[in-house]
Amino acid sequence: MLEYLWIVPLLPLLGAAVNGLFGAKWPNKIVNGVAIGSTGLSFLCALKAVREFFESGQVLFHKEFLTWIAAGDFRVGFDLLMDQLTVVMVLVVTGVGWLIHIYATGYMAQEGGYYRFFSYLNLFMFFMLILVLAANYVLLFVGWEGVGLSSYLLIGFYFLRKSASDAGKKAFIVNRIGDFGFMLGMFLLFRAFHTLDFQAIFTSSTLEGWPVELSGHPGTLTFACLLIFTGACGKSAQLPLYVWLPDAMEGPTPVSALIHAATMVTAGVYVVARSHILFAHAPTAMLVVAIVGCATAFFAATIGLVQTDIKKVLAYSTVSQLGYMFLACGVGAFSAGIFHLMTHAFFKALLFLAAGSVIHAVGGEQDMNRMGGLSKKIRWTYLTMLTATLAIAGFPPFAGFFSKDSILLSAFQNENGGRSAGYALYGFGLATALLTSFYMFRLIFLTFHGKQRYDEHKVHVHESPRTMLVPLMILAVLSIIGGWLAAPAMLGTGPDYFTKFLQPVFGGSEAAGPEGEVRALELTLAGIAVITALIGIMVAFWLYLKGPGKADSLAKSMRGVYTALLNKYYVDEFYAAMIVKPLLWISTNVLWKAADVAGIDGAVNGIAAGTTAIGDGVRHTQSGNTRSYAVWVVVGALVVMAVIFFWPFGGKPVLGMLR
Amino acid sequence: MVPTNYYVILSTILFGLGVFAFIFKRNIITIFMSIELMLNAVNLAFVAFSQALGRLDGQVFVLFVIVVAAAEAAVGLGIIILIARSRQTLNVERVNLLKL
Amino acid sequence: MTAQLAVFFVLAALAVIGAVSLILQKHPIHSALSLIVVMIALAGLYLLLGAEFVAAVQIIVYGGAIMVLFVFVIMLLNAGIEEHTSISKMAGAPGLLLVVALAGFVAATIARSTESIQATSQTGELASTLGISNMLFKDFVYPFELTSFLILVAVLGATVLAQREKS
Repeated sequence: MLEYLWIVPLLPLLGAAVNGLFGAKWPNKIVNGVAIGSTGLSFLCALKAVREFFESGQVLFHKEFLTWIAAGDFRVGFDLLMDQLTVVMVLVVTGVGWLIHIYATGYMAQEGGYYRFFSYLNLFMFFMLILVLAANYVLLFVGWEGVGLSSYLLIGFYFLRKSASDAGKKAFIVNRIGDFGFMLGMFLLFRAFHTLDFQAIFTSSTLEGWPVELSGHPGTLTFACLLIFTGACGKSAQLPLYVWLPDAMEGPTPVSALIHAATMVTAGVYVVARSHILFAHAPTAMLVVAIVGCATAFFAATIGLVQTDIKKVLAYSTVSQLGYMFLACGVGAFSAGIFHLMTHAFFKALLFLAAGSVIHAVGGEQDMNRMGGLSKKIRWTYLTMLTATLAIAGFPPFAGFFSKDSILLSAFQNENGGRSAGYALYGFGLATALLTSFYMFRLIFLTFHGKQRYDEHKVHVHESPRTMLVPLMILAVLSIIGGWLAAPAMLGTGPDYFTKFLQPVFGGSEAAGPEGEVRALELTLAGIAVITALIGIMVAFWLYLKGPGKADSLAKSMRGVYTALLNKYYVDEFYAAMIVKPLLWISTNVLWKAADVAGIDGAVNGIAAGTTAIGDGVRHTQSGNTRSYAVWVVVGALVVMAVIFFWPFGGKPVLGMLR
Repeated sequence: MVPTNYYVILSTILFGLGVFAFIFKRNIITIFMSIELMLNAVNLAFVAFSQALGRLDGQVFVLFVIVVAAAEAAVGLGIIILIARSRQTLNVERVNLLKL
Repeated sequence: MTAQLAVFFVLAALAVIGAVSLILQKHPIHSALSLIVVMIALAGLYLLLGAEFVAAVQIIVYGGAIMVLFVFVIMLLNAGIEEHTSISKMAGAPGLLLVVALAGFVAATIARSTESIQATSQTGELASTLGISNMLFKDFVYPFELTSFLILVAVLGATVLAQREKS
C-alpha cells in the first residue's frame, strides 16, 4: 500500500466526484454508501500503509509520484511522505473523519442538498489528506488552500441564509490573509534553500550550518517561521485571525465537528510541528508562537465564559485548546502539542457531535438558556458528552489530563525568553485550564441539569438514532483511553510511549522528557492542575445549580466586564471599522469610481469618442465640392514630392544632387 | 548656349501657372486646358534635360506623354459633354450632387 | 547675349504671356486660343533645344488635334462667359497658399541643385528622327505597343460617352 499511497487521498476525491456529479437524483442510501464507503476504504488503506510502515522498521517513506512543476533547478512533485508524525495525522483524519461521516448520515437525513453535503465533505477529506501526506511545502499548500475552500463551501452550506453565506466568506477571506503570510514564508524558504521539499530542507547542509538566530538578530529563518506561523494563525484561528471560527458555527454541526474541531484547524499546528527544525533555529519565532498561543488560549476562554449558544461555547473552546497546542510547540514540546492535537480531536469532535445530538433532540434550539433537565431524557448523549467534558477539563484518567499536563510542564520548564517567561506562560495556561473547566461544566449544567426551561408542548425531546449514537460512543471510548499512551511515564512504570514514538521526528528539538527529579515536578504540577479543574467544576456548580439566580446577580454586579465578554470584546466591530470600512471605501471610490469608471471606461469610451471626433473632422474633405477636390489633389502632389525629396530611402538619389 | 536652368525655371513657372488655373478657374473646359498646360511644362523640362544629358530617353518620354494627353483629352471631353448635357452648366461648382 | 539666348527669351515670354492670358480670360474660347499660343511657343523652344521631331509632333498632335478638339467642344457646348460663383471654401486662400508652396518648393529644389547642368554636346546626330525611332522600336517597344492599345480604348470610350441617349 505504501507504493500506492496516493490511493488514500484519491478515494475521497472519487467519492466527492461521484456524489457531486450523479448524486442529485440518488436516494439518500446510495449517497451514504458512496460517501461512507470511500472514507472507510481510505481509512483501511491508511491502516494498511501504517502497518507496512511499522513492518519496515519505521523507515521514513518518501516517494515521488508525479512531477508537477519543473522549472530550471526548481522541482515540485506530487510527493508523499510517511513518517511517525504522518501516521498520527493520517489515522486521526481518516478515523475521526469516517466516524463523523457516519454521524452525518443520521444528522442530515432530513436536509435538502444531501448529496452536495457529502460531496463537499469528501472533497474536504481529499484535501486534508493531501495536506498531511505532502512531502513538500507546495503540495501542503495545495491541501491548505483546498481545505479552506471546502470549509467555505460547507460553512455556507445553507447558502440561502445570509448569515451563513457571510460566515463562509469571512472564513475564506480571513484565511486568505494567513495564506498570504504562508506564501511569503515559502518564498523566503525557497530563497534560502532553493527547494521546498521537506527532507531536502531539513537535512540540508545549509540548515546544519545555519547559526541559531538569537533574539535581537532576526534573520531569514526567523521571518520565514513567523510568516508560516501567520498562515497557521489564519488556519488555526489564533489571535488576531480567529474571528472566523465562531461565525463558522453557521455550518451544520458535523462540519463544525470535523473541520473546525478535529482536522482543518489543526493544520496550522501540523505545519509548525513539521517545520520544527526551522523553528529550533529561530528561538524568537518560537517565543512568539508560545506567547500568541497562550494569549489566545486565555482570551478565548474568557469569551467562552458567558456565551449562550452551545456551539459558540464549543467554538471558543476550540480556539482556546488550539492555543494550548501552539503553546506546546512554542516551548519546544512538539510531541506534546501533537499529543494534545490527537486527544483534542477525539473529545472535541465528540463534544460537537453530542451538541448536535442535543440540538437535534430539542428540535433545533441552540440557546442553552432554553434547555435544562435533559440528562434523564437523552441518556446516551448526556453520558458521552459528560465523558468529553471530563476529558477537556483535564481530569485523570481521561485523555485531556495527560496531554494538557505535559504541555503545562514544558511551559513551566521553558527557558526561551527567560525563566520568568516560562512561569508566566505556565500561569496563564493554568488559569485557562481553570476557565476551561468552569465553562465546560457550565455548559453541562445549563444544558442537562436544573429546571427545564423549554416548553414541553412545543419541543418533543427524543434521543438520536443509532447512526448518530454509535460514533458518539466510539469517540467517548477514545476520549478515555486516548491518553493512556503517556500514562506509564506519569506512573513511573515506563516511558511515554507517544513521545517515544515521535522521537525519530522530533528527536533533536524535544524538550527534556520526564526523568529524574523532573518527575517530582511533574507530579506536583499535575496535582495542581487537577485541583484547578475541581475548583472550576465547583464554581460552576455553585453558580448554576445551587441557586438559580446567582449567575445573573454576578453578571449584574460585573456589568461592564460581562457585556464586554458577551460581545466578544467587540473585536469584530473593531475590525469592521478599522479594516473593512476603509477597504470598502477605497474599493468604491478609488478603484471603482476613479480607476475603473473614469480611467478605464473613460479611456475606452474616449478612444471611441475620439475616433468619432476625428471622423467628424475628416468628413469635411469629402465635401462634394469639386473645386476643393482639386485643392486636395494639389496637396497630395505636394506631399508626394516632399516624400520623394526628403524621405531617407527615396530621396537619396535626388538629395545626392542637392547641396 | 542657353543654360538648362533657364528651361527648368520656365517649366516651373508654366507649371505653377497651370496649378493656379486648375484651382481658380470655374469652367470645366478651362480647368482641362490647365491640365494640358501642366503637361506641356513637364514636357519642356524633359526635353531640356534630354539635351543636357545627351540622351534621347527624355524625348521618347515626351512622345508618350503627348500620346497619353491626347487619349485623355478625348475621353475627358466626352465626359464634359455628358456633364454639360445633364447639368446644363459648365460651372464646376454646380456639379455637386455628392454634396450633403 | 547670343542669338540663341534672345530667341529663348522671346519664346519664353510668349509662353508665359499665353499662360497668363489663359488664366485671365473670361471666355473659354479665348483661353483655348491662348493655350495654342503657348503650344507654338513651346514648339519653338523644342526646336531651340534641337528636338525637331518632338517639335513637329507637338504642333501636329497637340496644336492640330487636341486643341482643335477643345475648340470644337467649346463651340458644341455653346460655352459662355463663366459665371462667378464662390461656393468652395478650399479654393480660396488655402489654394493660393498651396500654389505658392508648390512653386516655391520646386524653385528651392532647383536653387539648391549642386551642379548647374550645362548643356553638353550640340544636338547633332543625337536628336535625329532615326535615333528616336531606334529607341522607340527597340528599347521602348512595349510601351509603344501599349499606347496603341490605349488610343484604341480612348477612341472607343469617347464614342460611347458622346452618344446620343437612346430615348
